[in-house]
Amino acid sequence: MELPIYLDYAATTPVDPRVAEKMLPYLTSKYGNPASRSHSFGWEAEKAVEQAREQVAALINCDPSEIIWTSGATESDNLAIKGAAHFYASKGKHLVTLKTEHKAVLDTMRQLEREGFEVTYLEPKPDGLLDLDQFREALRPNTAVASVMFVNSEIGVIQDLAAIGASCRERGVIFHVDAAQATGKIEIDLARLPVDLMSLCAHKTYGPKGIGALYVRKKPRVRIQAQMHGGGHERGMRSGTLPTHQIVGMGEAFAIARVEMAEESRRIRRLRDKLLDGLLGIGEVYVNGNLEHRVPHNLNMSFAFIEGESLMMAIKDIAVSSGSACTSATLEPSYVLKALGRSDELAHSSIRFSLGRFTTEAQIDYAIDLISRQVPRLREMSPLWEMHQAGIDLNQVKWAS
Amino acid sequence: MAYSEKVLDHYENPRNLGAFDANDPTVGTGMVGAPACGDVMRLQIKVNETGVIEDARFKTYGCGSAIASSSLVTEWVKGKTLAEALAIKNSQIAEELALPPVKIHCSVLAEEAIKAAVTDYQTRQAAFGQANPAQDAVSA
Repeated sequence: MELPIYLDYAATTPVDPRVAEKMLPYLTSKYGNPASRSHSFGWEAEKAVEQAREQVAALINCDPSEIIWTSGATESDNLAIKGAAHFYASKGKHLVTLKTEHKAVLDTMRQLEREGFEVTYLEPKPDGLLDLDQFREALRPNTAVASVMFVNSEIGVIQDLAAIGASCRERGVIFHVDAAQATGKIEIDLARLPVDLMSLCAHKTYGPKGIGALYVRKKPRVRIQAQMHGGGHERGMRSGTLPTHQIVGMGEAFAIARVEMAEESRRIRRLRDKLLDGLLGIGEVYVNGNLEHRVPHNLNMSFAFIEGESLMMAIKDIAVSSGSACTSATLEPSYVLKALGRSDELAHSSIRFSLGRFTTEAQIDYAIDLISRQVPRLREMSPLWEMHQAGIDLNQVKWAS
Repeated sequence: MAYSEKVLDHYENPRNLGAFDANDPTVGTGMVGAPACGDVMRLQIKVNETGVIEDARFKTYGCGSAIASSSLVTEWVKGKTLAEALAIKNSQIAEELALPPVKIHCSVLAEEAIKAAVTDYQTRQAAFGQANPAQDAVSA
């Protein structure tokens, strides 16, 4: 078995070799600027960019002209939320989002607060899903934009975009969706979903880092104010020379995803369920987030009485991520798990496993075996485990901290 | 997090892991930290009749550097008098383990654990002495 084993596909994915191969000629021989209208180098690059635009549009079932290239999902989130908030500010200066959104959304909202907007941050239900009634109540006559992510990056839960979007339509609210974790994992049909703006990126779907897109609906037409000014590229919504090789990579990655997604998800679900069953056998472990409304690629679990970082050290042959404070610079445990109402202790004990295209059954078997041996070892080192075994309720203990 | 060899060694091969009977009058137990903060250290010292720490045990819930810091202090307190043990500073622990700045609080916690264990020992000795005056006279 080749070690370490990568189980952090939600952080990023490798570029599929088929994708990398398509990208290469656009670095060395087909290097024209797609904006060059006066010679064949430019025409060749422009053709490749437009083909990729069609490939991206095909995966989410929209018109290619509704796709704006960006540098990634963070930029798309910024462009969508700031762009729409600024454009529709005359309607009102209220925004709605969820506490479990990606920081690219939350920090953008914070910036808009500094600019005089008011933001409502909704608590999710304990399983991570948005409470629709609460969402409807949060919408006001002056609400301009709502932003809810499709698939949560930490716990993989899938929000009900059809219902959320319908509420937004009813109230004339622009609906933005961060779908960075959704492409290639679940079907996205923008002909059916009432979504106005959708952020996409390549590097979580086996494409390169540094390239993303924003879907901007044309019917009914959604307007955004540009955040980057320059040569008027992308119909003025996002200036800057287009990185042809990156765009070709994103197009190819999305084209592969469209063809292989259904079969791949079935295979990954079987592996994820095997991992889940194996880890549940350890005892005193808890799944974070709804298991049913969730992409099959994600498993987020808390291993009670041990701390996430020390567990990661014990299983260093497996690359995963943790909601433990000790893995962050801020010493705060995962804000997502905290928003679900998980105790700090269980948030500290959490590990996110994310599976992908190149995950094998042998790797999952290895992971189950290793974790099943290391969790008891660390629990033997834990005074909390000893107290729990002795029947002491840890919530009743007065901690001297 | 890139840890030093010493942290990794203590984490992989913890010294003096385990527990003493907390009711033993020669044992002092110090538990510091809180689960909500991600660190709980329990340090136990066993003190002989001449006031020297002859053995120590720990159990720790926490990250690798918390485990290493507590493992290290069990080695350091052994053979020391209570006063010598109390003189151990968190900066020495942090230096020995080459802890990164974000992990300094682990060494602070380990220093607090020593103080808590010594205090517990002294408190319980005083109580034990009152309950058993004859014993106290012998040990004095």
